[in-house]
Amino acid sequence: MNFGVIVFPGSNGDHDCLHTIGETLGQPVRAIWHRETSLDGIDCVVLPGGFAYGDYLRAGAIARFSPIMAAVERFAGAGGPVLGICNGFQVLTEAGLLPGALLRNANLEFRCQWQHIRAARPDTPFTGGLVEGQVLRLPVAHGEGRYFASPEELARIEANGQVVFRYCDAAGATTEAANHNGSLNAIAGVCNERRNVVGLMPHPERGAEALLGGADGRLLFESVLARARAVAGV
Amino acid sequence: MVWLAKVYVTLKPVVNDPQGLAIAEGLHNMGYTGVEDVRAGKYLEVRLNAPDQPTAQRLAEEMSDRLLANTVIENYRCDVVRAEG
Repeated sequence: MNFGVIVFPGSNGDHDCLHTIGETLGQPVRAIWHRETSLDGIDCVVLPGGFAYGDYLRAGAIARFSPIMAAVERFAGAGGPVLGICNGFQVLTEAGLLPGALLRNANLEFRCQWQHIRAARPDTPFTGGLVEGQVLRLPVAHGEGRYFASPEELARIEANGQVVFRYCDAAGATTEAANHNGSLNAIAGVCNERRNVVGLMPHPERGAEALLGGADGRLLFESVLARARAVAGV
Repeated sequence: MVWLAKVYVTLKPVVNDPQGLAIAEGLHNMGYTGVEDVRAGKYLEVRLNAPDQPTAQRLAEEMSDRLLANTVIENYRCDVVRAEG
């Protein structure tokens, strides 16, 4: 499976993604500069964390019009798996590929810490290896991660099962204290209606090996690999 | 003809604004006890070329819809006037 990691000016999680996919998981991966216009030969697209275009105007707002994004929209439209991590999640919501928006954390703090999240329905390419209710421990590092959607849209994505992860405590309870950024319904990650585009604020690529303090993040990448193997019939 | 689009971007009333709340608290701490509420927004000035005011207005609103504001969370208003100089 060939992975492509989109690199915007201001991305800073791109090398973490390249390391985790290429070194930790030993998969072919290449960096794709935002000025490129093709995703030919790519089987899975990752939009990394960082501060694309300085997050000027709004996080992800300007990156969303980078030349490569037309190809990302076509790739997603054809059902290809797309993972947006942190700033990548923000870019995908700005692009309209994922519902809602990400706002300044309710406590106005930049939160850089380990955080527990609970998986909902495991029927996306990146969560197929999880069980419903499984608790993962991953790093978060963001100042603008408070998930928001209008009451109507929130009701719709909840009804559609598009909430993929929620902030929780170590036991899996979605307590107020565990919802560290004030997200609506403690939402940490969502998917599109077709379920092939997933975005989350925590960093699976920064928690994918024991040496770094936790390896739960591996599960998201292993899920998409297992799915590709299943599709290929190997 | 050069026009100046003054674009005011504000958070929708339904969106919680922690920045505004923090600013309001600062004003209260300064003694402005009459302050009831603060909402933080953005103000942008776009100089653009267009043959007439309605065209400039339409372009400014299109830019606001597509980039300057995120209509999931924000409202905007564009005042388009002749640019001086």
